[in-house]
Amino acid sequence: MINREQVRKVAHLARLELTPEEEERFTVQLNDILEYFEQLNELDTDQVPPTARAIDVSNVTRPDQLQPYPERDLLLESAPEREETAQGEFFKVPQIISTED
Amino acid sequence: MTPATPVKTKYEAIIGLETHCQLSTETKIFSSSSTQFGSDPNTNIDPVCLGLPGTLPVLNQKVLEYAVKAGLALNCQIAPYSKFDRKQYFYPDLPKNYQISQYDLPIAEHGWLEIELVDADGNPIRKRIGITRLHMEEDAGKLVHGGSDRLSGSTYSLVDYNRAGVPLVEIVSEPDMRSGQEAAEYAQELRRIVRYLGVSDGNMQEGSLRCDVNISVRPVGSDKFGTKVEIKNMNSFSAIQKAIDYEIERQVAAVEAGERIIQETRLWDEASQRTVSMRTKEGSSDYRYFPEPDLGPIEVSPEQLAIWKAELPELPAQKRRRYETELGLSPYDARVLTDDRAIAEYFEATVAAGASPKLAANWIMGDISAYLNTEKLSIRELKLQPESLAEMIKLIEANTISNKIGKDILPELLAKGGSAKALVEKKGLVQISDPKVIEDAIDTVLAANPGELEKYRSGKKNLLGFFVGQVMKATGGKADPKLTNQLLQKKLEG
Repeated sequence: MINREQVRKVAHLARLELTPEEEERFTVQLNDILEYFEQLNELDTDQVPPTARAIDVSNVTRPDQLQPYPERDLLLESAPEREETAQGEFFKVPQIISTED
Repeated sequence: MTPATPVKTKYEAIIGLETHCQLSTETKIFSSSSTQFGSDPNTNIDPVCLGLPGTLPVLNQKVLEYAVKAGLALNCQIAPYSKFDRKQYFYPDLPKNYQISQYDLPIAEHGWLEIELVDADGNPIRKRIGITRLHMEEDAGKLVHGGSDRLSGSTYSLVDYNRAGVPLVEIVSEPDMRSGQEAAEYAQELRRIVRYLGVSDGNMQEGSLRCDVNISVRPVGSDKFGTKVEIKNMNSFSAIQKAIDYEIERQVAAVEAGERIIQETRLWDEASQRTVSMRTKEGSSDYRYFPEPDLGPIEVSPEQLAIWKAELPELPAQKRRRYETELGLSPYDARVLTDDRAIAEYFEATVAAGASPKLAANWIMGDISAYLNTEKLSIRELKLQPESLAEMIKLIEANTISNKIGKDILPELLAKGGSAKALVEKKGLVQISDPKVIEDAIDTVLAANPGELEKYRSGKKNLLGFFVGQVMKATGGKADPKLTNQLLQKKLEG
């Protein structure tokens, strides 16, 4: 079972700001979801390897061949803020207050 | 039994390294943009490395090959089943807010590499350093703070995503090192290995090889670990060594003063030659790893593994051993020659062409290295071919030319290449080994210097050098020096 404190922590890790009402609502909803997984847990899966994906395919790779993206300007233009300096064009982001390791 | 008189506690350092090594592929790990260093900002970008919605990463097959080869060279077990995971954290150098890395199923684990130090007597000291794991991941972008002098006051940062998605392997060592010297040697051996493999240029200045150090101290004999401190920001091997030695002293002093070591990250400050605290670590971060749903797992087949294994070159540690045991070189010479694969191969080609290993080593480590340094050339660009160097060495060994003549003609061979034998013949430099001819020259010299001869005979034996010089001069430097010496002494004694 998950409590409100844990919901607050998960929200912080995901950088989400929740109102007290949302915290309450999500605690209930997340518990409902976890309860559903508890039901699945009743099955004996000791002999079943863990599954991370639905499609059984491995070793999908591409050759190491240069193909520059042709519409670089579009990429820069779609950023909320940019800045052109003597060095070139940059993406501009808000001040970094604290860092997390 | 009475307890012994308390002695000063001895401490030992426990050191482990985490090394990020950039793989020298043409394109990024999950997209087809260039990995070129030094391009204009944000010119090597694409929707995948920027993490735009609806895009899908696809693994670069060269990245897999290079990671597996590095794993094999580090004596690791290659995972038959490996996968990618998302490591979540928020920082603007990471456009997706997660880094694609490998968490619980890295491509390679449980390896080791051997470092070799040479002691004061020239004997090799070998030590195995365990490799915990090697995994593949993407690099992050680069932040440029608006006016670094006022970083705290700046209201924004600028980001260059050229480096985002550049392929890395992270190599984690076991805490097997005990000194700054061992750690620096480990890092150098790692660089030699990736360079031999051709999977990375290992350039520390450009950030292709970045080492973070974990270090703690404890009293010798204790089996508990002290509090671990992380050091970052060292961009040379000597900085790694100095930062560790500084940190050992700092931690031991703190422990002896009864202070608590704080678990933290410290930065090496090159200017002040100290480590400075960056920030206190508050518990371990919560990266909430989970399997990357956009990338399928990796299953390296035994057949593929065998092919890659067969492509591995002879590695520096193997070469060192072979040079010492089969070629009879000193550990020091073996280390110097094997530091760079191209130089080692040049040396081997010279020996294969018939030169004595010791003489070949001396010429390559001496005059040839000096020439490459002054001319800023790599040995691959050298005009003098190994076969011609071997020819010259064989001429010296056969007494056809003296060592001095060898040194005299070397500059021309280095600059122009061509056959040593042909040059010696063209210049008429073949050594005079006929005793008759040398005796004639000696007679002429003695006749021309009666005063010196008189002094020699009355006890001034150090004039021998003068006479040798005169005979050499008379023969254009071509007289066999050993023979000249013998004959001169005989004649001088009358």
